[in-house]
Amino acid sequence: MATEILSGKVHVNTTINGESTDFLAEPRESLLEVLRETLGLTGAKEGCNDGNCGACNVILDGRLVNSCCVLAVEAGGADVTTIEGIAGPSGLHPLQEKFLEHAALQCGVCTPGFLVSAKAMLDENPNPTEDDVRWWLAGNLCRCTGYDKIVRAVLDAAASMRGEG
Amino acid sequence: MAETNGNYNVIGTRPVRHDGVDKVTGRAIYGVDAHMPGMLWGQVLRSPHAHARILSIDTSRAEALEGVHAVMTAADIPDPGAGVAEANESGLQSKRYKSSSLMARDKVLFEGHPIAAVAATNKHVAQEALELIDVEYELLPVVLDVREAMKPDAPLLLDDLHMDTGGELADEPSNVASRTIHEEGDIEAGFAAADRVFEGEYTMSMVHQGYIEPHNALAYWSADGHLRVECSSQGQFGIRSELADHLQWPISKINVFPSEIGGGFGGKTTIYLEPLAAILSRKSGRPVKLTMSRSDILRATGPAPGGYAWVKIGITNEGRITAAQAMFAFEAGGYPGSAVGAACLCAFGPYKLTDFRIDGYDVVVNMPKSHAYRAPGAPQGEFAVDSLVDEICEEMGFDRLEFRAMNASEEGDLRANGTRYHCIGNHEVIEAARTSDHWRSPIGSAPGRRRGRGIASGFWMNGGGMSTAVAQLNADGTVTLREGSVDIGGTRTSVAMQAAETLGIPVEDVDPIVPDTDSIAFTGVTGGSRVTFATGWAAIEAARDLRRQMIDGLADHWDVASESIAADEDGTFRQNGVTVSFKEAAGILDGDDLRLVGSATVVPEGSGNTFAIHIADVDVDLETGKVDVVRYTAIQDAGTAIYPPYVEGQMEGGVAQGIGWALTEEYVYDDEGHMRNVSLLDYRMPTTLDVPMIESIIVEVPNPGHPYGARGVGEVPIVPPLAAITNAIADATGARMRDLPASPPKVQAAIAALDS
Repeated sequence: MATEILSGKVHVNTTINGESTDFLAEPRESLLEVLRETLGLTGAKEGCNDGNCGACNVILDGRLVNSCCVLAVEAGGADVTTIEGIAGPSGLHPLQEKFLEHAALQCGVCTPGFLVSAKAMLDENPNPTEDDVRWWLAGNLCRCTGYDKIVRAVLDAAASMRGEG
Repeated sequence: MAETNGNYNVIGTRPVRHDGVDKVTGRAIYGVDAHMPGMLWGQVLRSPHAHARILSIDTSRAEALEGVHAVMTAADIPDPGAGVAEANESGLQSKRYKSSSLMARDKVLFEGHPIAAVAATNKHVAQEALELIDVEYELLPVVLDVREAMKPDAPLLLDDLHMDTGGELADEPSNVASRTIHEEGDIEAGFAAADRVFEGEYTMSMVHQGYIEPHNALAYWSADGHLRVECSSQGQFGIRSELADHLQWPISKINVFPSEIGGGFGGKTTIYLEPLAAILSRKSGRPVKLTMSRSDILRATGPAPGGYAWVKIGITNEGRITAAQAMFAFEAGGYPGSAVGAACLCAFGPYKLTDFRIDGYDVVVNMPKSHAYRAPGAPQGEFAVDSLVDEICEEMGFDRLEFRAMNASEEGDLRANGTRYHCIGNHEVIEAARTSDHWRSPIGSAPGRRRGRGIASGFWMNGGGMSTAVAQLNADGTVTLREGSVDIGGTRTSVAMQAAETLGIPVEDVDPIVPDTDSIAFTGVTGGSRVTFATGWAAIEAARDLRRQMIDGLADHWDVASESIAADEDGTFRQNGVTVSFKEAAGILDGDDLRLVGSATVVPEGSGNTFAIHIADVDVDLETGKVDVVRYTAIQDAGTAIYPPYVEGQMEGGVAQGIGWALTEEYVYDDEGHMRNVSLLDYRMPTTLDVPMIESIIVEVPNPGHPYGARGVGEVPIVPPLAAITNAIADATGARMRDLPASPPKVQAAIAALDS
């Protein structure tokens, strides 16, 4: 959208977690950098900076992306959901509740990426099988949990959102 | 929520962890998230060569770049002098070697060895500045294989390194830093008494801890000499003492703030970036933050050593072990200090030994300086021993569990270090394996593939050491609990549960925090499976201290003797028919203007060893050599399981790391010592598709050395998976995988070799 260049930086207007947001970014900066360093949204983490760990995942116009592999200027006019936008004003998202209930996190640094990925999946497929969950989350690395409790938490959250929990 | 084991009110329950909401909403602040006003970003220039002499470093062009505020080299790090210092989880380490590993002085010893660092207005400018630093190298021959490095004519990494055997130094320098020998009984007689003697040779690759959060450090060296460092580590006190050593700065002027830590597994028990950030801050007068890239983490932090193992076991026809011998030679990396010592102490841990000898060699090679990784040394040792045990059982027709039961180490038996086992749960773990659904279920089959089942044992020593906790009573009857231990995966809560149990209050009424080094007394590193045991014990003592003070305060209030007041399990206080709840008592004491703080620093021993057995079912694709783990059960003695969901979590996480170690993770080098797989695509850690659901069976043989019976649980789960999986491959195909990882090409070749 807006691409006015100011002293080497580009003005970008975007919507982040439902709020209209403006920022200035160097063309070489990734969306992850801008989220974390410019906008203070440090929930998305940098684990590898080359799209292999999923810790930086955000939803961009309904699509799950590695924000480290998206240039910040590409987010112009887009609708971005980060981990900070998952919980509503009335409380935690069912995925967040179930992660806590199932002890699906240990160090917690990969957790934002898993939650964003899982939300993107449930937006598309409210009734996933265990295989669906494993396929969808295969781009998110967790080194602490062995994934067992994460997969269970996502399946349980899906069931609860369908009113089966 | 699950019930308790019946003996306790809080211990054994499944509360939501105290830091949970922050961590599922993205609000928890990790080291990588730390920020200060006016902060600069640093970057580190690293050696592209694995072995070279540094002829010159010219930083003048970098210094002249606009936006650059400071440049440093090893010349800015104080001369470390001689002597050794505690290296957290890696024993004692030469200060000179450690200092040179932080930034190369005259030689680089591994690819990625730091050469210089820059602080600039942002990380891109700092990166550009690195490209303006001119370094001249004289390349030296590279040695990457541990057995090559041990040869007399091998290229020497360190001219002043002489093999240390029990304090005696070899005359000639070599790449062998030390040789340790553990020996008991009469090994010759032991082997002579055997009906059969088996031997095997094993090799394994270096592997990385693979924590998702990169190393990081934010330092501010203020004009008054106070150095403030914020970083994620497995122990703020260890970071402080290493900084004091290597900056030669008083400990009283260094304050280390422990951020939330995104995984460590032993790899974050030491300094890398912290002293560089500090020096760049001193030079620039600004706060400086450094973070590592993933490729730098893989190339140049502290992976677990690979190496070579040889094992020999004597057996009677009835299946009793008569003698055992092993030799381990580990790749320490560019400087001495691999985990070979613990490999020697743990490898035969599950087995009863009378006559044995174990030799361990610590060998330098042109690879990153290895560091602690979850049960350091034990997985490699157990892989070798339990591979041979499996071969013995197969050859001699023994049931693999009955063999373990017959030869199980038990209370009073000799350990490799010459001491004797106390109360241990080895037999109970074997029994739980025997009655498990997995062991009793048919293996089944998979169309077009071969299925097999393997088992393996594991032993870990578990640590004690110094810990501090401070329990502060609030007016509303809650307790703020300061815990000295960094929480790497739920110990805020497992420690708080012990304070809550002691005080008789709900764990939700305890608010645990992990303070900076200025705000609590010394606590050892989060490692060695020691936190729930030792810091838990400190919390128990702090809670007891608080309760005593509450009784004294109530005695004053009621004008009675303290001895006349009883404190009940449910937190109530009774005196002569009057009963007040914990909260009412807090209100009374607050009204009397009493501000009560209980505290304790403890150094508990008796941490209690722990044992595990894992059962793995795998499917092997004969055509491609690909191995899938299709069913997995982990059985482990936890002592009393204080916080069961996180005991299971440790078990499941250890299994997943073990699956990666067994099948896919390795350091791939070219002949010049360049690591070829420096991304998380090519350094292949298990994903959701590589790990099945894991059945965790917690066995509880309470540790008599802890008030509530806790044993450490975090480390032993990574010990059995390596052999459990390769034994399953052997069961499926007949191919013995003696070189880790059992990656598809190696499995394919091993199967082809059977056919020919």
